[in-house]
Amino acid sequence: MTAKKVDEIVKVTNLKKYFEVERDIIQKLSSKTKRYVKAVDGVSFSIKRGEVFGLVGESGSGKTTTGRLIINIIQPTEGEILFDGIDLTTLSKGEMKKIRKRMQVIFQDPYASLNPRMKIGKALIQPLEIHRIGTPGERKDMALRLLEHVGLTPPEIIYTKYPHQLSGGQRQRVVIARALILHPEFVLADEPIAMADVSMRVLLLELMMKLKEEFNLTYLFITHDLATAKYVCDMIAIMYLGKIVEIGKLKDVFKNPLHPYTKALLSAIPIPDPEHKRKIEIPKGEIPNPINPPSGCRFHPRCPYKMDICEKEEPPLKIIDEEHSVACHLFD
Amino acid sequence: MNQLFSHRIASTLKSFIKKIFKGAKWYGVEWYLTAFGAFLILSVLVIIIFANKLAPYDPLEFVGKPFLRPGTKGFLFGTDNLGRDVLSRVIFGSKIVMTIAITATLFSAVVGIPLGLISGYFGGKLDRVLSLIMDSVYSFPGLVLAIAMAAMLGPGILNISIAIAVIYIPTYFRMVRGHVLSVKGELYVEAARTLGASDVTILSKYIFPNVIASVAVIFSLNIADAILTEAGLSFLGLGISPPTPDWGLDLSKGKVFLPRGYWWLVTYPGMMISIVALGFTLLGEGLNEILNPRLKES
Repeated sequence: MTAKKVDEIVKVTNLKKYFEVERDIIQKLSSKTKRYVKAVDGVSFSIKRGEVFGLVGESGSGKTTTGRLIINIIQPTEGEILFDGIDLTTLSKGEMKKIRKRMQVIFQDPYASLNPRMKIGKALIQPLEIHRIGTPGERKDMALRLLEHVGLTPPEIIYTKYPHQLSGGQRQRVVIARALILHPEFVLADEPIAMADVSMRVLLLELMMKLKEEFNLTYLFITHDLATAKYVCDMIAIMYLGKIVEIGKLKDVFKNPLHPYTKALLSAIPIPDPEHKRKIEIPKGEIPNPINPPSGCRFHPRCPYKMDICEKEEPPLKIIDEEHSVACHLFD
Repeated sequence: MNQLFSHRIASTLKSFIKKIFKGAKWYGVEWYLTAFGAFLILSVLVIIIFANKLAPYDPLEFVGKPFLRPGTKGFLFGTDNLGRDVLSRVIFGSKIVMTIAITATLFSAVVGIPLGLISGYFGGKLDRVLSLIMDSVYSFPGLVLAIAMAAMLGPGILNISIAIAVIYIPTYFRMVRGHVLSVKGELYVEAARTLGASDVTILSKYIFPNVIASVAVIFSLNIADAILTEAGLSFLGLGISPPTPDWGLDLSKGKVFLPRGYWWLVTYPGMMISIVALGFTLLGEGLNEILNPRLKES
C-alpha cells in the first residue's frame, strides 16, 4: 500500500462497456444472437495527477458511461482501469471502499443527487460516518467549515435545511462540498454546471478551480460543451459513438483540430459577433444508433471528407504530435 | 389553580381547532375528510382507554331482564337475550376489535416492508421467488384466506391477528417493492454508492425514508379492512369465542333474534363496526390525497 504514488492517477486501457438490448419473447425465440449497445468501445487514455482532463462529446457518445466505469459504479465488459496503479476491476468490496474515499463525484443534476429526506448537514456528515472519520463533534465542525468554504453562508443555517429549501446553485455547492469532505485526490465532474443557471455557471467553475488548487485535486471533467471545456481543461478527449476520435492538450486541439468531427464541434461554439461566418457546416443528421454503428470509421456518414476507405476500415488512434492523437484516415 | 389549568386547556383546544380549519386552506376538502376520520378514530380510542369508566356494567354479567328495550332506565342500548347490557358489550368490544386489527396490521407491516425492501433492492432470484409467493397469496380473496388460516390456527386473539396479518403482507410487500424499484434508480442512491455506503446504509438512510410516506396510507386503510375481516371471522364463529364481548360475535349471536323484532342486539355492534371502519378509511384516503397530490388527476 505504501508504494510511491503513480504520476498517472487514472489510466484506462481498451475500456469497453456493452449493454445488452432487452428483447421480447418473440425476438428471443426468432434469433439467438444477443444485441448490444456498445456504449464505450475500446477507450484508452490516462489522466495525470493535478490536471483537468476534459471528456467531450454529444449525448450518446459514451462519455458519462466512461465516467461511471472509472468510478466503478458499473463493471466494464472488457479492459483495465488503473487508479493510482491499482486495478479497480479486480478489487473486493472492502478494498474498493478504501479507494472510494479517494475518488468522488460531482453529479450533473443537483436536484436529483441529494436525498430529499436528508438534511444538508446529515448529507455532508454521511461520507465521514461511512468511512468512520472523526467524532460526531469533529464531523459537524468539518461540515460547517466546508459549507462556508464553498460559499454557503451562514453555514449553521444551511446545515439544518432540507435540499428542497435551497436553490439549484446552492444545491450544487452542497454536492461539491459533499464530494470534497473526504479530501479525495480525484474528482469526476459529470456535467457539473449543465443544470445551473447561466449566471451561476462561471461562479461554479471558478469555485471548482479554486478548490482544485486548495485540495490538490485531479478532475475528470465530462461535458458536451466545448466552451466550458476551454475554460477549465488542460487535456481534452473528444468522444464519438463510444470511441475517442481525438485527444490532446487543450490548446493544441483548439488551435489545430485534426478530426473533422472536432472541427465541426469547434465551429459550433457560438462567437458573439454577427459578422462572423461559420466555416464548417455542423455535421448533418443525428448521432447514429449505437446498437448498429456504421462500419469502418463511425463518423463517415456525417463526414464532409469521406473517402472510400472510411466505410471499410476503422481508423486507429494515431499519434500526430507529442500528446496529440487522432483517429482519422486523413492522417494515414 | 384548577381554573387556570382548565382555561389553558381551553385555549390550546381553541388554537388546535383553528389550525384544523387552516389546514383546509392548503389541502381543500380532503382535509375535512381526514380530520373527520381522525376524530372518529380518536373517539374510539378514548372509549377504549376509558372503557372501565364509561361502561355502566360488567359486559359479561347478567345485569337485567333479557330483551329490555333500548332507553329502558339504566340500559341505554337495552339488554341482550341473556340480560347483559348491550352498551357495555359494545364499549368493551371495541377493545378486542382494535387490538386485533392493529396487531394484525402491525404484524403484516413488520413482515411485508422489510421483505419488499430486500426484494426490490437486491432483485434477482430471491425477488422472483418472493414476488411469486406474495402474488399467489394476494390472488386469494382476503376473507377466504383468513377463514382458512383461522381454521388452521384455532381461536384466540393472537391467532386471529396472525390469520388476518397474512392477508395484508402482500399489500405492503408489493407497494414497498414497487417504490424501491423506482427509488433505487435515483441519482442520490448512486451518489451514496460512490461515497462507499454499504447496502444496509443505502436501504435504511436513502431508500426507506423515501418509501415510508406512502406506507402510512396503506396502514390506515388496512386497519379499516382488518376490522371488517375480524368482524367477519367472529361472525362466522372462527374468531373470538363467547362470552368475550366482540362486535362480530355479538352480531352473529344477535341475528337469531332479529326476526322476533329485537333489533338492538345487532344494530349497535354493526353501527360501531361501520363507524370505525369508516374512520380509518377516511383517514387513509385523506392522507393519500394530502401526501400524494399527484394522484388527483388520475
